[in-house]
Amino acid sequence: MILVREDTMIWNKEAECMSAEETKELQLQRLQSVVKRAYELVPYYNKRFNDLKIEPEDIETLEDIEKLPFTSKTDLRDAYPFGMFAVPTDEIVEVHTTSGTTGKPTVSGYTVEDLDIWGEVMARALTMTGVRKEDKIQNSYGYGLFTGGMGVHYGGQKIGATVIPISAGNTMRQLEIMQDFETTVLTCTPSYGLYLAEVAENEGIDTSKLKLKAGCFGAEMWTEEMREKLEKRLNISAQNIYGLTEIMGPGVAMECPVKKGLHIFEDHFYPEIIDPQTLKQLPDGENGELVLTTLTRDGMPVIRFRTRDITALNRGICECGRTQVKMDRITGRSDDMLKVRGVIVFPSQIEKALLKIEGLEPQYQIIVTRPHHMDEIEVMVETSPALFSDEVKHVEEIKKNIESKIHNEIGLRVNISLVEPKSLPRSEGKAVRVIDKRNI
Amino acid sequence: MKLKQISVFLENRKGRLWKALNILSFAKINIRALSIADTSEFGILRIIVPEPERAKNILEESNFVVKVNDVIAVSIPDEPGGLDSVLEALNKLDINVEYLYAFVEKKGKNAIVVIRTEDIDAGINALEKGGVTVLKSEEVYSL
Repeated sequence: MILVREDTMIWNKEAECMSAEETKELQLQRLQSVVKRAYELVPYYNKRFNDLKIEPEDIETLEDIEKLPFTSKTDLRDAYPFGMFAVPTDEIVEVHTTSGTTGKPTVSGYTVEDLDIWGEVMARALTMTGVRKEDKIQNSYGYGLFTGGMGVHYGGQKIGATVIPISAGNTMRQLEIMQDFETTVLTCTPSYGLYLAEVAENEGIDTSKLKLKAGCFGAEMWTEEMREKLEKRLNISAQNIYGLTEIMGPGVAMECPVKKGLHIFEDHFYPEIIDPQTLKQLPDGENGELVLTTLTRDGMPVIRFRTRDITALNRGICECGRTQVKMDRITGRSDDMLKVRGVIVFPSQIEKALLKIEGLEPQYQIIVTRPHHMDEIEVMVETSPALFSDEVKHVEEIKKNIESKIHNEIGLRVNISLVEPKSLPRSEGKAVRVIDKRNI
Repeated sequence: MKLKQISVFLENRKGRLWKALNILSFAKINIRALSIADTSEFGILRIIVPEPERAKNILEESNFVVKVNDVIAVSIPDEPGGLDSVLEALNKLDINVEYLYAFVEKKGKNAIVVIRTEDIDAGINALEKGGVTVLKSEEVYSL
């Protein structure tokens, strides 16, 4: 098997450019196989299928997937630690967990074959970012129980690139290494990427002189406007990677250079979009909750996992040549979704509004309260020289401008508080954008 | 003819004014004049210092947001009615005053008024036409 494709920007042409018919055949085969595996080897699925009187043989077409029950985050959490494994733990060679901010985390387990597949799909993803054997990847995703670090690590090594396993944090050292080692590709969360750019600028580092050419950003939601900032300030192509620990980690889907959606590696992950209220499948092009089924995972097969991420699917042959189904950039989670005074608000909408303002640093926090039985949103925004003036009326005008831009975006009036620079917490991982102080 | 003024953004939080002034005194920067515009949510500290660029850099290093802009300094007799001639000169040519603040000279019998007009050049022009003494920046720093 050829490990490196020198002549093409596509890592695995056979898989990534497969025809629709062949894809469906392959998926059906693999779906039947994983359903059987889950039924026979995972007590949780065995019980659930029996309760619903379903047998693996009932899956005769891809549409029959709708007969199967959903798996929720709570289901996985309840199986802590190893209740969802389909193999004895001595066949699990690696484990990862989610962050577990509310109670016990969710555990993911990988066999040797699972890790190989992870490396394969990550190689596809990194190749989309332009990574070749001669590249140097500065991997600033956290190494540890978080999946970001190891995912990029395996993908980078599969390509044969030089992986710098620097992990997150220690920003001055990050910049030193970026310059001394001549990093060509950066992998980290978009908020950390922006922070690196901020610190580089403060240190007088000219980012256009760095050897950086691209960045593979993910693990948190980010907007087109954030992309523009990252591309401009770091002088790179900024592309979006998607994944989740419960399914594997990063590498479920990746944005190609066309930048109009992320290709889901559907030979390994079967996607569905459902209406989060009715739980019925929605047609391509419609926004709904992404549901994923692992098709090739041995250690911990997951059937119809409700990701809570909101997106839509689009099929066809992409300009990049790939045929694998595309998903839109995630604009919100069905549980990140805020309901304020009856109106649905996603933090991404607020970010979008803020980024429309020249000179505004996208350092913000949204605080939701209910002081007198009515919901209030306060958006704290860090002041910057571009937003400041010696005259009170100008600063007030700026505040009004921000309020009006946000009002245009979400249809609600918010209170803007200008705060001093660097006073909002910075993150190396996912930025905490919303603090909901209501007791609902 | 124009004087440089530093404006600093202050969050309406305990100790922010103190912190800003403390940074300047630590750097041995002598404030010649000072004024604060306050709203319920934030304040703007306006100061006149001999080395405006140095003061700006030092404050920015401590994460304050600073702007430098031009203002006009005039000298008037330190007696009732002294300010009248200034405002008369400005009104005559329809000059819009955004804000002003004043202080007295240590030695001498004059008061200094720092004025921010909407258009600084037009302001200087109107004041000179009205016979008001407009000070040079060196003169203000050495007071």
